[in-house]
Amino acid sequence: MSEREKLIEVRDLTIAYGDFVVQRDLEFSIDRGEVFIIMGPSGCGKSSLMKAMIGLLQPASGDVWYGGEPFWSCDEESRRGLARHMGVLFQSGALWSSMTLAENVSLPLRQRTALSAARIAEVCAWNLALVGLSGFEDYYPNELSGGMRKRAGLARAMAMDPEILFFDEPSAGLDPVSARLLDELILELRDSLGTTIVVVTHELASIFAIGNTAVFLDTEARTQLAVGAPKEMRDHTEHETVRRFLRREAPRREAVIDGAGA
Amino acid sequence: MDDASATDALQAEMDETQRLCIRLRGDWLLQGAETPSRGAFLNLLDEFPGTQILAFDSEQLGRWDASLLIGLDALTRAAQARDVEVDARGLPDGAQRLLQLARAVAVREDAHRTAPPSGLLASLGDATLRLRTTATELLRFTGELVFSMLRLVRGKAVFDPRDLLLYIEQTGARALPIVSLIAFLVGVILAFVGVRQLEQFGAGIYVADLVAIAMVREMAAIMTGIIMAGRSGAAFAAQIGTMKVNEEIDALTTLGIPAMDYLVLPRTIALVLMMPLLSVYAGLLGIIGGGLVALAMLDVNVMQYMEQTRNAIDLHAVLGGLLKAVVFGGVIALSGCYQGMACGGSAMAVGKATTAAVVMAILLIVVTASALTVIYTVYGV
Repeated sequence: MSEREKLIEVRDLTIAYGDFVVQRDLEFSIDRGEVFIIMGPSGCGKSSLMKAMIGLLQPASGDVWYGGEPFWSCDEESRRGLARHMGVLFQSGALWSSMTLAENVSLPLRQRTALSAARIAEVCAWNLALVGLSGFEDYYPNELSGGMRKRAGLARAMAMDPEILFFDEPSAGLDPVSARLLDELILELRDSLGTTIVVVTHELASIFAIGNTAVFLDTEARTQLAVGAPKEMRDHTEHETVRRFLRREAPRREAVIDGAGA
Repeated sequence: MDDASATDALQAEMDETQRLCIRLRGDWLLQGAETPSRGAFLNLLDEFPGTQILAFDSEQLGRWDASLLIGLDALTRAAQARDVEVDARGLPDGAQRLLQLARAVAVREDAHRTAPPSGLLASLGDATLRLRTTATELLRFTGELVFSMLRLVRGKAVFDPRDLLLYIEQTGARALPIVSLIAFLVGVILAFVGVRQLEQFGAGIYVADLVAIAMVREMAAIMTGIIMAGRSGAAFAAQIGTMKVNEEIDALTTLGIPAMDYLVLPRTIALVLMMPLLSVYAGLLGIIGGGLVALAMLDVNVMQYMEQTRNAIDLHAVLGGLLKAVVFGGVIALSGCYQGMACGGSAMAVGKATTAAVVMAILLIVVTASALTVIYTVYGV
């Protein structure tokens, strides 16, 4: 991967709910085959940015370009075409609760491809094996633990062999070991399949372990403060908010009452 | 330390240097004896207007919790607002640190929500405005459904025929018991009312006309519609609403499966197909129910009653009833699916969506039923 190819470009993007602007003037690009982190304090609009990138939230202005094609300013048909190259793992897994794991993983294949039923069953079993859920084909989502649901969600997201995988808070609600295993799985997907991966997270351990590049969104400024490699950002950033976030420092308390806070 | 009464738990004393000393005594526990409230603390500053310095004495303070801190926080904030110097050294260390912590993050002015105006007039206006948005959104939803149907006709919709069969079973076959019971009883009631009145004119046999016409033209479709609104319309709203809450709809969308095709279309088609069938069945059961009453109460036999019934209804009446059933089916499916898709993000919202779906469906059934009856009458159908 010597030549860097820009796969995703976010240009001049503004995200708003009605009049309330969440993030404005976002501008960054993501190379093919890298793990890109969207980070920032809780409530800064990380998930909203991801929603705008995967087609769930129309941006107020600007656009996201995939391989040179604009996502929002084209018609719905081509947008669905672009979305076909994406897989998304939602925060809670978002499995269809009325279907078994096998049905969950095979639904997109059944609906969007012309594969035979036998072939679909094979692909489904393989993907479940990849996330360590072999044998759970006939379980319903509510019979599984949170971590298993998340992994099943990943199997479903991978079923269509997407070029780009989006993860919304992958380690939220997982124990440290499971979170670590998920991180390793993400790196494995990047290295072996060359998948481009976009992760929304605020877990520092994950950010430094898997992130090639990252963008920091701030709640106060309502825009991005820094783009770059997470470690470099930690050591060299001029923004106090970014440094504090990456070093896990609490803002210094100012003495508001005499005698205290000294 | 023994419980201090409210009066000596909090005492204030001003010395000659304008230094106000707050003396705290006894236990200050939320679950214990009542202690002075936030207001009592704030009153102290008004009682001693010339205060320059605020100090504390907690020598005799026992156990304490939030009940003390709430008052202290209000008092120190008010003091600072009046440029009174606060000397917190007299407070326990823990209390000082917690007061500090409560101020670490400034109050976010924009985070406070202004409560919407309340009152009869305001809620009336609010409801009117909402009615307009609901109407436009419902129209948009209907339009999208039409597009989805066109996609289905062209074979481009993402649609699972197995789902259609499932919903046909759920809305059709499984509704038979309740539809049977209600339709039969409606027939019985109509006959009872009719027999009493018509017998007075010696025209008892015309009860067959009354029951047959009422059931076939109006009651079968309306009663089935109301049952289906409560049964299937509510189920649709709850199913789709829960999927919305769990991001399951988002998951469909990102996989390129339009929720309109995959969720709304099979439900709507199933209900539109099943409503006329159920309605015909309901009409039949109503006539049987009415017939049994007539046979028991009047001096007629089965043949006479059947003959009278057959003469009372014609094809127009049957078709008119069927058309109504089809329209009601569409209206119920639309209300249920629309409310489900418009559902908010909480468990409460799913409940609201379900209620709204049933109310909307029944309202629309009654309105369209009246409209259709007027149209039939005007054109003499």
